[in-house]
Amino acid sequence: MESSFVEFLWVLLLGSLLGLELIGKVPPTLHTPLMSGANAISGITVLAALTAIIKADGNPTLLVLGSVSLGFALFNVIGGFLVTDRMLAMFSRKPARKENR
Amino acid sequence: MTDYLKYAIDLVAVLLLALGIKGLSKVRSARGANQLAAVAMGLAVIGLLVNYVGVPTFNTQAWSWIVGGSIVGGVLGVITAQRVPMTSMPETVALFNGCGGMSSLLVALAAALEPIALDATGPVALVSIVVSVFVGSITFTGSIVAMAKLQGWLSTPPWMQSRLRHVVNIALAVAALVGAIEMVRTTGGATGLWLLVVASSLLGIGVTLPIGGADMPVVISLLNSYSGVAAAAAGFVVGSQLLVVAGAMVGAAGLILTQVMCNGMNRSLVSVLFGGALGASSSSSAGGGEYTNITSCSVEECALTLEAAERVIIVPGYGLAVAQAQHTLREVTRSLEAAGIDVTYAIHPVAGRMPGHMNVLLAEADVPYEQLKEMDVINPEFPATDVVLVLGANDVVNPQAKTDPNSPLYGMPVLDVQQARTVFVVKRGMSAGYSGIKNDLFDLANTSMVFGDAKKVLGDLLVELKDLGVGK
Repeated sequence: MESSFVEFLWVLLLGSLLGLELIGKVPPTLHTPLMSGANAISGITVLAALTAIIKADGNPTLLVLGSVSLGFALFNVIGGFLVTDRMLAMFSRKPARKENR
Repeated sequence: MTDYLKYAIDLVAVLLLALGIKGLSKVRSARGANQLAAVAMGLAVIGLLVNYVGVPTFNTQAWSWIVGGSIVGGVLGVITAQRVPMTSMPETVALFNGCGGMSSLLVALAAALEPIALDATGPVALVSIVVSVFVGSITFTGSIVAMAKLQGWLSTPPWMQSRLRHVVNIALAVAALVGAIEMVRTTGGATGLWLLVVASSLLGIGVTLPIGGADMPVVISLLNSYSGVAAAAAGFVVGSQLLVVAGAMVGAAGLILTQVMCNGMNRSLVSVLFGGALGASSSSSAGGGEYTNITSCSVEECALTLEAAERVIIVPGYGLAVAQAQHTLREVTRSLEAAGIDVTYAIHPVAGRMPGHMNVLLAEADVPYEQLKEMDVINPEFPATDVVLVLGANDVVNPQAKTDPNSPLYGMPVLDVQQARTVFVVKRGMSAGYSGIKNDLFDLANTSMVFGDAKKVLGDLLVELKDLGVGK
C-alpha cells in the first residue's frame, strides 16, 4: 500500500494541476453548462461503487451500500450528461435551422 | 494481459475526460466535448469491469446488485434530465451534485464498516475514508439545502443570519474533527465514524443555509468542486487511480470556475461564504433615499416609442427568468425585426439565476446566438441606441455602481443603459433588487417604468405592436 500511496499522490497532484490548467478563460455563456458537465464527471464514483459490489463476496453491507451508491452516482452521471446536452443543443441548433429556411 | 488492456482503457478514458473538460469551455466544441466525456465515463466503467472478469467474487449475485442499482439510478436520471424545465437548471445541477457526494459518502461508509473485504486497511485508507466521509456529507447536505432554497422550499431562519451561526458552525466543525481523530485513533471505531457523519452533514446545512439566493450559484459551483474532491478521496479508498485523476480534475476545475463566477459578480468567495446576504446590513446606510422622479408609462406609449426606433437593446434579467417570459419576448423581438428594427440582447455576466443561465433560456426561445452580446461588447453601443428595454433586471443596470463610491454596489460591473435615448424598465413594482439598494436609473429623465409582470407586459406589447402594424 505504501509504495502505491506515493504513486497515488503523484496522480492526485498531476490531476489537480491538469484541472487548473484546463479551464483558463470560460465565456459566461458556458458557465452553467460547464458546471453541469463537470458535475456529471464527478459522478465517476460509479467506479468506487462498482468495486464495492464486486468485492462484496456475499457481504450484505457492501452489496447494499455499493448498490445504493451506484444508483446515486449513475443518477448524477446520466442525468448530468443528458441535461448538459439538452442545454448545449440549444446553442448549436441555430445555424442548422437557419439553413432550412 | 487484461492488466495492460485495463491500463490502456484507463489512459484513454483520462485523456478523453481531460479533452471533454477542455472542450466544454468553448462554445463551438462544447456539445461534442460533453458527449466525449460521457463516452470516457462509459470506457472507464468498461475498463473496470474487464479488470475484474474472472475474479470469483464477480458472480451473478454481484451482477444482480449492479444491474439493480444501475436501473434505478439511470432511469431516474433520464427522467429528471428530460422533464426538468430550463428555468430550474440551477437546482437540478445542485440535486445531481448532491447525489454524487452521497455516492462517495456511501462507498466510504462501506469501506469503514467492512475494511477487510475492500482491502481498505492501514492509515492511508483510514485517512482517505475520513476525507471522503467528511467532504461527501458536506456536499450532499449542502447541495440539497441549495436546491431547496432555490426552489423556495426553504428560507433562512432569523438566527441563521446572526453571528450565532458562526458559533454553531465552528462547533460542528470541531465535532467533525473530534470524530475524525477518534476514528483514526481507534482504527475505524464506530463512535468516531458516526460522529463524523452527523457533524459534517449538519455542517453542510449550517454553511449553506444562510447564503442568499443570488449567491447560490457560486455555492453550487464550489460544492461541485467538493464532489470532485470526495470522488478523489474515494479513489484512494478503493485503490483506483482513474478515480483519483478524474476527481482531482473536477475538483480543481470547479475551483477555477467558482473563482471566475465570483469575479463576474464582483464578490469574493470569502464574502459569499461568510458574509451572508449583502443587502441586509447596508441598505439603510448607503444608497438609500426615496425616489423623486419616477415616470410611469403605459404599454401603448412603450409600443409607440419602439415603433419609431431604429436600434433596440433588450436587457433581460432574473425577473424575466422567473416570469418565464422568454418566449413572449422572442415574439416581440421577431415583430420588431420584421419591421427592420435592429435588436440585440445585452447579457450581464450574472443575468438570470446563474451565470450563463440567461443564454440558455434565450437559446431555448430560439434567439439567434449572434444577437446575444456580452457586457464589454455592448456597453459602448448604448449611446447610439434609441430604446433599451430592461426586463426584470435591477442591480445590473444601476448607474450607482459607477458613480457613487459610497454605494455598496460601487465597482460592480454594470450595463450603461442610461446612455441610451430612452429606457423602459418593466418591473412588477418599486421593490429593490437583490442588493436592497435604490436604483438611480429609475429617477433619470429618460427612464420610464412600465409596471407589471414581465410576461403580461410583453404579451400586451405584442398586441399593441400588432395594432400599430409593426412587423407586417
